[in-house]
Formats: sequence, C-alpha cells, structure tokens
Amino acid sequence: MRNVRPKTIAVWTVVALISAFAWSMLALSRGEEVSAAWMVAAALGSYAIGYRFYSKFIAYRVLKADSTRATPAERLNDGVDFHPTDRRVLQGHHFAAISGAGPLVGPVLAAQMGYLPGTIWIIVGVILAGAVQDMVTMFFSARRDGKSLSRMAREEIGPVGGTAAVVAVFVILVILLAVLALVVLNALADSPWGVFSTALTIPIALFMGVYLRWIRPGRVVETTAIGIGMLLFAIVAGRWVAESSWADTFTLSPATLVIWLVAYGFIASVLPVWLLLAPRDYLSTFLKIGTIGLLFAGVLIANPSLKMEAVTEFATRGDGPVFAGSLFPFVFITIACGALSGFHSLVSSGTTPKMLQKETQVRPIGYGGMLMESSVAVLAMIAAAVLDPGLYFAMNAPPAVIGDTVQAASQTITSWGYTITPEQLQAAAASIEEESVLSRTGGAPTFAMGVAAIFTQFLGGEAMMAFWYHFAIMFEVLFILTTLDSGTRIGRYMLQEVIGGVSPKFKDHGWKPGVWITSAVVALLWGYFLWVGVHDPLGGINTLFPVFGISNQLLAAIALTICTTLLIKSGRLRYAWVTAVPLAFVSVVTLTASWQKVFSADPRVGFFAQRARYQEAIENGEPVLPGQTVEQMRAIVTNSTVDGILSALFAVLVVVIIADAARVCVKAIRQPDSVQDLETPYVKSRIVAPAELVATQEERAEMAAAGLPSSGGVPGEDGGSGAPREEVRA
Amino acid sequence: MTALRRGLRRVRRGIRWVWWYLTELTGENAYHRHVERVRRADPGAPVPGRGEFERCRMDARDRDPGGGARCC
Repeated sequence: MRNVRPKTIAVWTVVALISAFAWSMLALSRGEEVSAAWMVAAALGSYAIGYRFYSKFIAYRVLKADSTRATPAERLNDGVDFHPTDRRVLQGHHFAAISGAGPLVGPVLAAQMGYLPGTIWIIVGVILAGAVQDMVTMFFSARRDGKSLSRMAREEIGPVGGTAAVVAVFVILVILLAVLALVVLNALADSPWGVFSTALTIPIALFMGVYLRWIRPGRVVETTAIGIGMLLFAIVAGRWVAESSWADTFTLSPATLVIWLVAYGFIASVLPVWLLLAPRDYLSTFLKIGTIGLLFAGVLIANPSLKMEAVTEFATRGDGPVFAGSLFPFVFITIACGALSGFHSLVSSGTTPKMLQKETQVRPIGYGGMLMESSVAVLAMIAAAVLDPGLYFAMNAPPAVIGDTVQAASQTITSWGYTITPEQLQAAAASIEEESVLSRTGGAPTFAMGVAAIFTQFLGGEAMMAFWYHFAIMFEVLFILTTLDSGTRIGRYMLQEVIGGVSPKFKDHGWKPGVWITSAVVALLWGYFLWVGVHDPLGGINTLFPVFGISNQLLAAIALTICTTLLIKSGRLRYAWVTAVPLAFVSVVTLTASWQKVFSADPRVGFFAQRARYQEAIENGEPVLPGQTVEQMRAIVTNSTVDGILSALFAVLVVVIIADAARVCVKAIRQPDSVQDLETPYVKSRIVAPAELVATQEERAEMAAAGLPSSGGVPGEDGGSGAPREEVRA
Repeated sequence: MTALRRGLRRVRRGIRWVWWYLTELTGENAYHRHVERVRRADPGAPVPGRGEFERCRMDARDRDPGGGARCC
C-alpha cells in the first residue's frame, strides 16, 4: 500500500463519521421532526466518499484512464464539435445538458412513501449506478471518437441490438416530452398569474434572440442579464394581471392548454434556433444554476425541518394516492433522474466526450456532474418533505380520490391520518394567490410551494410567499418548455434520418416541407399522450409518470448493457461487475414494473386490468366512478390499451438487447481472439491539463513551467482561452 | 495596508475568473478563439466579422440539433 498521510486518513474518517451520523438521524428518529440539514449532510458526505474512493477505483483500476493518451478533441480538433475545453467549463456544459425537470418531479412524487426510501435510492443509486453509467459511457465514447450510444450499440453488439436501441430512444423521447408537458400543464391550469408570466417569456426570448443576432452579436452574458431582469418583471407583472379584469383571459383550462402546448412545441421547433431556442436555453441555464444555489443556501440558512414521515404506510400497502404500486419496484421507477437516468447516456456519449482534454477528466465531469444532478434531487425531496403532509397529499392526490371541495379533501386526508382543516387548505391557496391548491398534481406546484416556504424564511418573509411560489413555477416551466422545443427537434431529426432512408429528400434539413411534416408528427405524438394524460380521470401523471420512469430506466439498462459488453470485450471481465450489478438491479426493477403494469390484476396498477374493468362497465352501462360518461370510459379503454402495449414493448426491447449483448459477451469470453477491437489506436497526448477540477501542486507547477493558463493546453502553443493563470505557491 | 491590498487583488481576480467562466460557458469566447486559430495558421488570412461569425455558428445548430440536447 502506498504511503497515506495521517491527515488524509483523519479527514476521511471524520467525513465518514458525520455522514453515518446524519444517516442515522434520518433513519432512526421517530415521532419528531428531523432537520433538513441532516439530509444535506448525509448526501454530501456520501457523495464525497463515493467520489473519492469508488470513482477513483473505476477510473484508474477498471477503465485505466490514461492521461498520456490523446482524446478525440485533441486528435480531431476542428474548433466546432471537437475542441479541447477547460474541464470546469465542460462540467458546466455537461451539467446543464443532463439536468432538467426530471430530478425535481420524481422525488416529489416519491415523497408519498415518506422521505427515507426515496432519499436512500437517490444517494445510493447515484453512487453505485447513475454516476457510474455516465462516467463509463463517456469513457468508452471518448475511446471511440465520441460515437453516440446507438452507434456503439450497432457496432459493438449488432444490428438487432442497435435497431432496438434506436427505437427505444425515440419512443422514450416521446413519452418524456408528454410527461414534461403534463407537468407544465398542471402547474399552469387555472392560474392566470402563471400563464401570463410564462407567456411573457416568449417575447422576452424573441427580443433576446434579435438583440444577440443583430445588435450585440455574441454578447451572451450581457443579453442573459437583461433577459433575467425582464423575467423577474414578468413574474411581478403576472400578479397585476391576476388581480385585474384580464384574469379571465389568462385562466386556461387543461384542455385549452393542451392545444397551446402542442402548437408551441411545433412552432418553436421549426423556428430558427437563434430566435427562440438559444435565448431560452441561456435563460433557463442561468436561472437553474442560480435557483439551485439559492435553494442550497436556503436549506442551510433557514434549516427547515422535515414534516413528512420517514416511511409512510403507502410504502408497504402500495395504494398511495399519488401513484399506485408498492415501494419495490415503484420508488426506483418514480425517481429516475437524480439516481440513475438512461437519458444521460445520450449526452455522455456523443456530445461531451468530443470536448474532453484528458480522458482522466471523465471522473470529475461524468461522475461528478451526475453527483451534482443527484444533489438537486435531494433538494426536491427536501422541498416536498418540509411541507405539511396533509397539504402535500391535498396537492398531489387526484380529484377522483379527494373530491373537489376543501371539505371533502380535508375529510379524506384526515382519514389517512394526516390532519388538515378546510381553513388551512384555503389559507394555503390564499398565501400563493391561487384559486385552489387541491390536486395540483405533477410535482411542480408542490416543489414550488416547498421552495417558497424555504425562501420566505430568509428572503422577504411571508409577504413574498406568492412571489417565490410563482418564481419557482416559472423556473420549472421555463426549462421544461426549452426541453419541449429541443426534444421535438431531436425527435424530428431522428425521424428525418429514418424516413430519409426511404425518401432521401427528407434528410435535407433545409427542405421546409420535410421539416414541417416530421416536426408535426413528433409534436402530435407527444401531444396524443398529453391529451390522454389530461383526460385521465385518475390524474394523468398517475398513469404517465410510471411509463416514463420505466422507459427511462430501460434506457439506462441499454446503456449499462453496452458498458458491460465493452468492459468484457476490452478484456476487463474481472471488473465487469461494476456495470453488470447495476444492470442486473435496474433490469429486475423495470421488468418487474413492466410485468405489474401489464399483468397486475389490480386495476390501479395493471393497464389491462383497468381496461377490462372499464370495458365491462361500458357493457353494463354503469360508470365506474360517479358522473363518468360512456365517451370518457371509452377513452380510458383506449388509453390503457396503448399504455399497456407500450409497457410490454419497452420490456421486449430491453430483453432483446440484453439477450443479443449476452450472446456477444459469451462469444468474447469463449473466443477472446474473435473480438474485434473498435477502439481508436493510441496517440500520444501533447496537452498538459489537470485531471481534477482543482489542480494538484505538481500539476500547477508543470503548467506554470510550460507557461500555460489554468485551463492547461499544449506547451508552446497557448490555445488563447484567456483563462486566468495559476499562481504557483512556493 | 498590504493585507487589504492583497485582499482586494484577490477579489478582483475572483471577479475576473467568474467573468471568464461565464463567457466560456456561454460560448462568448468562441469568436476570439476562431480568429486566433485562423491567424495562427496564416497571419494574413481574412477573418469573418463578429456578427457574421455568430450568425454562422448559430445557424449550424439548426442543421444539427444534437449538440443542444437537453435531458430530463
């Protein structure tokens, strides 16, 4: 064993002790409120240990990341896609690309089972699975000139696995967009304040786009600062509108909002990027980083206590009002982003690896970036858990369960053992200047309520409650709309490639009819599921979110399958468990969930059981729930059929990919000589750059001696990034 | 006095670093980098104007949305 300084041992012992103590505070205290700071301490302590020990083991023992090997960015540097980027900047890029609304929604929904199951999964899951997936995918993509996940699947596994991966990515994209649109819709329905502020973001973005293109080309920071100022004004202006005679104009029903959202998704995705998407992207990135920072500070300063129980009865009974199903497997399905998210593998392959200076940097960027995302999920869990549980259930249970009056809601929720009076429910709605807080499902309103509750404790007091609530809504809505725009574009692009195989004209991105047709198809596809969600008497998110979770985790299974195959094919069989164990876990979870969604006899869980129940009701001419029309019930029959078939399709796709990969792996183990090495050959790297975000003493000295800035670079030809120089301490 | 001056210098360096980071993150420095890249290869080469360059760079994103991917 190497020499380890006693100081290092002491520091890590202390970190481990604090973290262990924080975990026991969270898990063992019963009947009293726990401070949210313990959750932060448990998370940060665990992340530090996971990063320091496990990620180091994977980077240097398993992957054998080699700092002397040139990365694609160094070899193929074209200044556009491929260019070596400062590790700290690239981490910011990567984080902005992987984090969205997912980690804010999942934990809020999972809080119905208590804060503990979700928190354990977020933290343990990210350390052992999510961050590992992101880092290993990034590493293998970097060793293959930054190839995309589906391309690696095709080349390394075969055409069957490769095609299944492409189909899975497209279907998952559609479901993701529908779920996110549903979150926006539930946050904005019947809220004139929210609708007006959100509507104003469009002219703000258009103004920024024009300003950036013609008035001050390229001055992004300045433009974004102006945009954020206008955005804050839009939030304030929303209140004036909500109190004025215009309020009715901006009070939109869910059914109307569906049409607006689909139309927005279509129009935004065919407009040029510079006009709407790019400025929105700048706004949401800065707002995201700012709000998350503020929320971290808020939790530490205000130190709120967690009012939710550690584990509720819904965890074991599986009949929770927010989503049906028991703890296993549905906590692991509901919380995808933040613990393990298949979607990240699309960014980790293809985009980020083309910009790495050193392959050793997959550790801070891939693993570290995912830990940051996970901490956002922990914050969302805190935001949900600081609310009074009665209020939490009132906001998240569908009207079919708690009714649509405060009296009925209060009665039902009190019968579950969480006391809340009708007056308290009215007061909660009044505090945020909304008509009602009942059944504001989808996670965003609950998150916003929690954020507002935390912020008012140190920024502006009770008087600012409504402002902060709408600030948080705006924050979430803004980047979901950005995702709708860019997601529809990516879907369109994939569709253009596929149709282009038959009719080559479609491959031309300048051919307008092709762009319009494919964009419309993608927008209508997710619009269909959004429509289904809105007309679901059980609240939509209830049905759609599990389908989204399953699809996202299945994509993770695909990514982990590819990683495991590559570990085996590259002669790392000894360490294949690093991705094989998470793969086994996530496969069991998702296949169990799919199985239950398809075959469960409980109509709240199983889609086909639900279908049968409604089919029977239509034949008997009796509504299942009071007041349902035959058309509504017919819609449910169709919807549950579609959702059931989708769940089955996902499961089949993943089984196909895993089976195909297993064939490749067995062959690689039996006949090691038959393996074709697709890794790019070794080229010596000339770049000098630190491996971690903070350079070590030796690295600083080396860079200073070569006259390089803190970004690093090639000695003798400074990349001119203008990065501040490192000071070498004597 | 020197402690104060050293503190001020540190603050100034901090601000400069944050500004540099923001301009790198948003791609605001891409133009300068491009000009330097072209000039290094051939000091007399013509370089595009800022507006022209930025418009070109943005339009490239229209043709390939992959780079602007946003996740869940």
